[in-house]
Amino acid sequence: MEKLLVVNNVSKTYGGYKALNNASIEVEKGSIFGLLGPNGAGKTTLIRIINQITMPDTGSVFLDGQPLQPHHIKDIGYLPEERGLYKSMKVGEQALYLAQLKGLSKQEAKERLKYWFDRLQIGDWWDKKIQELSKGMAQKIQFVVTVLHKPKLLIFDEPFSGFDPINANLIKDEILKLRDDGATVIFSTHRMESVEEMCDHIALIHKSNKILDGKLIDIKRQYKSNTFEIGLITQDHASTSAILKDKFEIFPATFKSINNELQYKVKIPESVSPNDFVSYLTSLGQLTHFVEVVPSASDIFIETIQKN
Amino acid sequence: MNHLSLIIKREYLTKVRNKSFIIMTFLSPLIFVGIFALVAYLSSLNSDTVRKISVLDESGLFVNEFKSSPHLQYKLLRNISLPEAKKDAESQEMYGLLYIPKIDKLEDLSKKITFYSEDSPSLSLMGDINDLLENKVNTLKLKEAGIDSETIKNLHINISANQETFKGKETSKLGSGLKLIFGGLAGYLLFMFIIIYGNMIMRSVIEEKTSRVIEVIISSVKPRLLLLGKIFGTTLAGITQFVVWVVLILVLMTVVTSIFGIDPASATPSQQVLDNSVNGGTQQILQDVMMEINNLPITNLIIMFILFFVGGYLLYASLYASVGAAVDSETDTQQFMMPILMPLILAVYVGFFTVIDNPHGTVSQVFSYIPFTSPVVMLMRIPFGVPLWQQIISVLILFASFIAMVWFAAKIYRVGILMYGKKPTYKEIFKWLKY
Repeated sequence: MEKLLVVNNVSKTYGGYKALNNASIEVEKGSIFGLLGPNGAGKTTLIRIINQITMPDTGSVFLDGQPLQPHHIKDIGYLPEERGLYKSMKVGEQALYLAQLKGLSKQEAKERLKYWFDRLQIGDWWDKKIQELSKGMAQKIQFVVTVLHKPKLLIFDEPFSGFDPINANLIKDEILKLRDDGATVIFSTHRMESVEEMCDHIALIHKSNKILDGKLIDIKRQYKSNTFEIGLITQDHASTSAILKDKFEIFPATFKSINNELQYKVKIPESVSPNDFVSYLTSLGQLTHFVEVVPSASDIFIETIQKN
Repeated sequence: MNHLSLIIKREYLTKVRNKSFIIMTFLSPLIFVGIFALVAYLSSLNSDTVRKISVLDESGLFVNEFKSSPHLQYKLLRNISLPEAKKDAESQEMYGLLYIPKIDKLEDLSKKITFYSEDSPSLSLMGDINDLLENKVNTLKLKEAGIDSETIKNLHINISANQETFKGKETSKLGSGLKLIFGGLAGYLLFMFIIIYGNMIMRSVIEEKTSRVIEVIISSVKPRLLLLGKIFGTTLAGITQFVVWVVLILVLMTVVTSIFGIDPASATPSQQVLDNSVNGGTQQILQDVMMEINNLPITNLIIMFILFFVGGYLLYASLYASVGAAVDSETDTQQFMMPILMPLILAVYVGFFTVIDNPHGTVSQVFSYIPFTSPVVMLMRIPFGVPLWQQIISVLILFASFIAMVWFAAKIYRVGILMYGKKPTYKEIFKWLKY
């Protein structure tokens, strides 16, 4: 796959504080890249370096194979976490102004704004002032302004904050659609369920260092522990539990069920294949539930951070 | 550059459409003219009143001295006692009663004359009366000594030394005065402009931070461009306001003076006196003034005035901008105001004391190169003759400092943006420059 953005060994120090230490990431064209990490880890610093708001002390950044240059500003759409709009300006004027700063002509900007305003059903806000809008409404404008100039790279820092679930979903669908239309998305958030739903690739930054990087599926494979959640109806629950406990590492589990059954999470050794395990379980009783335990993004996040 | 004009346009339109800006633009001249009209009206009321004063001159020395004028009427009392005179003055609602007792020697008069009145009399009136009495007594004393007033008049000779440079150019006191007025006016105008619009620029720079739009903007344009745009946009709005003020004030003044028939000069009483005394000389003075103005290097002055005014204003504007860049709310700006105003005040002091004393002394020269003081000091020096190359160097230094200042402000801005909610110290700002 072609890389749209390559960040090589970037470091940044503020005064005596190392905000970013030798971080490298590669973002594939047309993918959604999740940039994760606890508060203050250095995500925003990295994003600001990509946006040329701050310069890295060492390291280099390439966009589409070229070293990052001022003219790349128009190829990037950035929705910062700390965001706002000019309060006393009218919505339409403001959107036009910001679009023109990104290099669109006035005519072009007008046409595209009309498209987006119709699409998000906010056409009648054109002459309203920002201070008359609710936070969610202002966020919609902000989203439109971010994507209006059709940038190759979209960077969203907590895009869903301030949205109600309906609008959050709307924005999520728009982001996915933009991806399908060929845009590449970098996505920084603490909402792990949206990472799960949307990201193809994730990188985890902790205390200025990148500690995890890869395709979400690969990482999940890497983090899976050969553990299965099982439900088993037997003659004698107590003795079966004792047998299982003897042979495997087991953990209590609870899932909703209509049966009165034994519920466990069982970790099986590498040598045992899931098929063999199923046949073994059926020999003990009636198997009602068998699911591989796949680590969630949230689990991976917490586990990795705690390990470091 | 396209971005710059976009930013300037936005800044300008936002300022000009702002309600309080519009209100101030049209209200200020109204208030100004209103106050002027009020003062003029009140002072005309004041001078319309006629003061009547009774005079009881028992010495008989001043009988012919009290000549009534439209604003002051004397009533000479004869052959009544002081208590009767007092009663008479009170009953006729006189402004006061001047009592001159009978005396043996002229010297005795110095302590014995009394003015009775309802309240404390006006200072100027008392001054006039004292002068009148003193003149008469002095003339009488001289007569006693055997000298008549005609001889005294002939003894008095006015001296006014002609001034000329070595190259043979005539200079004059009047010219020096005009030069000072020009310099002072230029300095004052600059001072006003900086104080009024500097703050506006500062607030405009803070605007992006309080509305949090800053990261969006700064990921689209360079901070330097944003600051330049803000300075120019706000300045244009300021010029617009200033022009509206001047035009409105001129128009309103004309209207007010024609309606009320107030002669602007009459607002200052001393002017009236001057007019009367040198009525014939007015024409002469006007001619002299015109001649002196012609003697000034007019073209040079106008060009330099524009350059220094613009340069000085921009430099201070960028100082205000860097304060705006360093803080994130207006309440935090107080501690930075003093260091901005100090050099400006210093410039005015140097201008008014040192330059007047010695326009080409070392102190004046040095301060006319320092960019923070040169707009005032150099402008005050130029009428006294400064070589062109010196002026050009000073202008170049000024504009170079403006560019450097914007660069400096942009540096602070770039870092200052990224730190919300923390009031920076000078030490931190210094550190930011190294980022």
